[in-house]
Amino acid sequence: MTDLRHYQTPLRQTPFHPRTSAANRLHAWAPWAGYATVQTYDDLAMEHSAIRNAATLYDLCPMIKYRIEGTDAAACLNRLTVRDADRLAVGGVHYTVWCDDAGHLIDDGTLFRLAPDRYRLCCQERHLPWLLDSAFGFDVRITDETGEIAALALQGPTSAVVLRAAGFDIDTLKPFRMAEFPFAGGHLTISRTGFTGDLGYELWTTPDLALPLWDSLTDAGALYGLRPVGSEALNIARLEAGFIIAGQDFTPAPHCLREDRLRSPLEMGLGWLIDWDKGQFTGRRALLRQRERGPHWAFVGLEIEGNVAAEGAILYHNRKTEIGVITGACWSPTLKTSIALAQVKARHAKGGNLWAEIYALRELHYARMMMPARVVARPFFNPTRKRQTPPGKL
Amino acid sequence: MPSFDTIVIGAGPNGLAAAHRLASRGDRVLVLERGTTPGGGAAGAEFAPGFAAMPLAHLSYNLDARVARTMDLPRHGLRWANANLATTALSATGAHLRLEGPLGLTLTGEVSDRDRAAWAGLRARLLRFAGVLAPLRGMTPPRLAKGVGNPMGQLAKIALRARMMGADEFRELGRIFLTNVHDLLDDELETPLLKGALALDATLGIWLGPRSPNSVLPWLDRLAGATDGAQAALGLPMGGMATLGAAMARAAEAAGATIRCNAAVAQILTDGDTVQGLRLADGEELSAARIVSSLAPKTTLLSLVGARHLDAGQTTRARHLKTRGGAAKLHLALSAAPDFRGAALGDRLVIAGSEHAVERAFNPAKYGRTPQAPVMEIVIPTVHDPTLAPAGQHILSAIVQYAPPAPADPDAARTAMLDASLRVLEDHAPGIGALILKAEMLMPHDIETRWGLPGGNWHAGELSVEQMLFLRPLPGLSQYQGPIKGLWLASAGCHPGGGVSGTAGWNAALAMERAGK
Repeated sequence: MTDLRHYQTPLRQTPFHPRTSAANRLHAWAPWAGYATVQTYDDLAMEHSAIRNAATLYDLCPMIKYRIEGTDAAACLNRLTVRDADRLAVGGVHYTVWCDDAGHLIDDGTLFRLAPDRYRLCCQERHLPWLLDSAFGFDVRITDETGEIAALALQGPTSAVVLRAAGFDIDTLKPFRMAEFPFAGGHLTISRTGFTGDLGYELWTTPDLALPLWDSLTDAGALYGLRPVGSEALNIARLEAGFIIAGQDFTPAPHCLREDRLRSPLEMGLGWLIDWDKGQFTGRRALLRQRERGPHWAFVGLEIEGNVAAEGAILYHNRKTEIGVITGACWSPTLKTSIALAQVKARHAKGGNLWAEIYALRELHYARMMMPARVVARPFFNPTRKRQTPPGKL
Repeated sequence: MPSFDTIVIGAGPNGLAAAHRLASRGDRVLVLERGTTPGGGAAGAEFAPGFAAMPLAHLSYNLDARVARTMDLPRHGLRWANANLATTALSATGAHLRLEGPLGLTLTGEVSDRDRAAWAGLRARLLRFAGVLAPLRGMTPPRLAKGVGNPMGQLAKIALRARMMGADEFRELGRIFLTNVHDLLDDELETPLLKGALALDATLGIWLGPRSPNSVLPWLDRLAGATDGAQAALGLPMGGMATLGAAMARAAEAAGATIRCNAAVAQILTDGDTVQGLRLADGEELSAARIVSSLAPKTTLLSLVGARHLDAGQTTRARHLKTRGGAAKLHLALSAAPDFRGAALGDRLVIAGSEHAVERAFNPAKYGRTPQAPVMEIVIPTVHDPTLAPAGQHILSAIVQYAPPAPADPDAARTAMLDASLRVLEDHAPGIGALILKAEMLMPHDIETRWGLPGGNWHAGELSVEQMLFLRPLPGLSQYQGPIKGLWLASAGCHPGGGVSGTAGWNAALAMERAGK
């Protein structure tokens, strides 16, 4: 029988909830894709510090996961996404994006090739209807498997040590590769991927093994500074890594009400992803035209003078002409500087005479600051340990 | 690999019109036809030995004057047996109503003076409105986008002509434009037989009933057609419509095009961005810089190009293109002339007792069932050309509405449709059943199989307001240019729609010329 009281619990709990709720001393919950997720467990600064100096656990379960399988899986993904899914080796992972017919971004995500004809696509937004539409004419089955998988991110410089201590030999696991391990009578997949721009792993298993996995890592990590982190700490880390989030740094095309808010991969600094030679993919012809005439927008990393986070600040050229907006910003505890991601008019992509208009609320009065902004390369923070194989023994 | 400048897929009226124009201007043109004879809807298929093959179309109502003139169709065999066919609205009691001249200029039969006057006014108005809109048919539809070369001058001229009708008429056009046939007729007329004949005329070949919203617009489009220069006149070629198809084929060949029959295209070949050629069903590959498909856009996009070469959104829109056909085709081989209670057998005979009879025949079809009393348009071509059948014998060709386009049991539906049609015929021509040597009922799904029209729809995609002009066949594809460079759509599924007109093919060829090679 249908439970007609579903409205009383609008947010679902992830398989890790017994552990995350026990550790959530601030009771700071936020909705994410229909699940309750922790914003900050107890101390934002300590949580971010653990990402950069120790090891952290982050509950990834609400991330949308689609299983794409069938003899045409590679062909279908090639038509859906801008990269060549066929060239992704089995056991490999790549970051990719996909567009509508007009070449406007729908979402970005990571694509895992689990078998020659089986993939997993992880992303921020739900768009099964678009995927099913895209599957027409291909021998492929697409399933939303978000609820069937318990996923946990283990990130930070000591994450490899923690995994070793927990009994997983990940020494040969290279970035963007994954490996299978037996675990507690079931299976665990470990991929060397993450959203922190640091050494780190993502762990994938079935929901029934979620708590044993959490406990096993917590035990193994006790001496390596392992602690759970919430979304706020992760957001600072991802900004330092220069990663974008659909819905924050760009508005996904299906949500866009205003034509001029649509953004293409070329306008979001993602042109390097596009494989122009692999054949047709949705939006290709529109993107070719845009490449020819030049995109209107660009996406840049900024360093901003001062120590006030410039979130949402409007960008000006020469202090007076509006030329863009900051989509994500923070004071970077790692770099000790104020960093930001921004959409700017294409002709200002190289910067020069850019200013961020920052409003800081100070005891109920706004202090308005016009701060110089300098275009810098992303990622802002790019440690060599994230690439080293085998990972360093800290 | 054999190579051509242009390969036209489909030797129907549109394919042949486009082929003629392109070949006349020096292109090396190959026309590929899946069937055994060119002509498309005007190509016949044998249904009874000794009797002429019957095409899908049995009357001409919108042959494009530009096409007929430039292709010089008379020189290639087109003669009108009757270029202004009268209509008899049959009564089961013999109290027929005869409509002579284009769209019933004069009425003979039991009609009140009031209705005669009202019809004269309504008829003039319908023809005037259709005439104002007629130039749209010969244009590339405008697009709702910037910098796509919209023919603003031509559009302004049409708007001006509409306005020049005067405020009252302009307002009236606006009032009835998107209304329905039933209400329009009901406002003015009371004679059931007249209203029935008009309601059937308005809804022939479209998936709308007289009471369906927007049913007036496709009727205006139909009335914009002409035969031999006379607006809304119905034409019957000597030898039947197959002669018209054959004349178009001969004209295209005379212009230099090569027509190859029994050549079904399996796949349009592209390198991703540009067409390279195509592959036939038997595996043979032909190369061409330009492919012109006169097949239904749904077929061209989803089967010949294929989803994997298109954007996903466009694929979805192509899948959702509506292509329901409600017109079945009945062919009877008769041992002698039937007697429709004294009606002139050379007329176009209509069985639609009232506008309600038409709507009632539509109701079950909407839910996948066949009507008890279908309505029909009958032509007996052997009255005009006795050589089409053995001496003294006849062919009766009828468009029977409405048939369900996708019945649960296709064979049972065909049998039920045939039985119901013969019952209706027997009511109007007692004894006709005993004359039948052979009967063939082609349901929409049969029409799809034989003529390749999805859903059996005459227009290769429903002709209704949401699929007209810049929305036909799909937004972004309305200007005949296909989604891949070098691919052109020249189908009845494009603007302005079907019929044996050649208009879409001609418009497409004009668009190709404007675009340059």
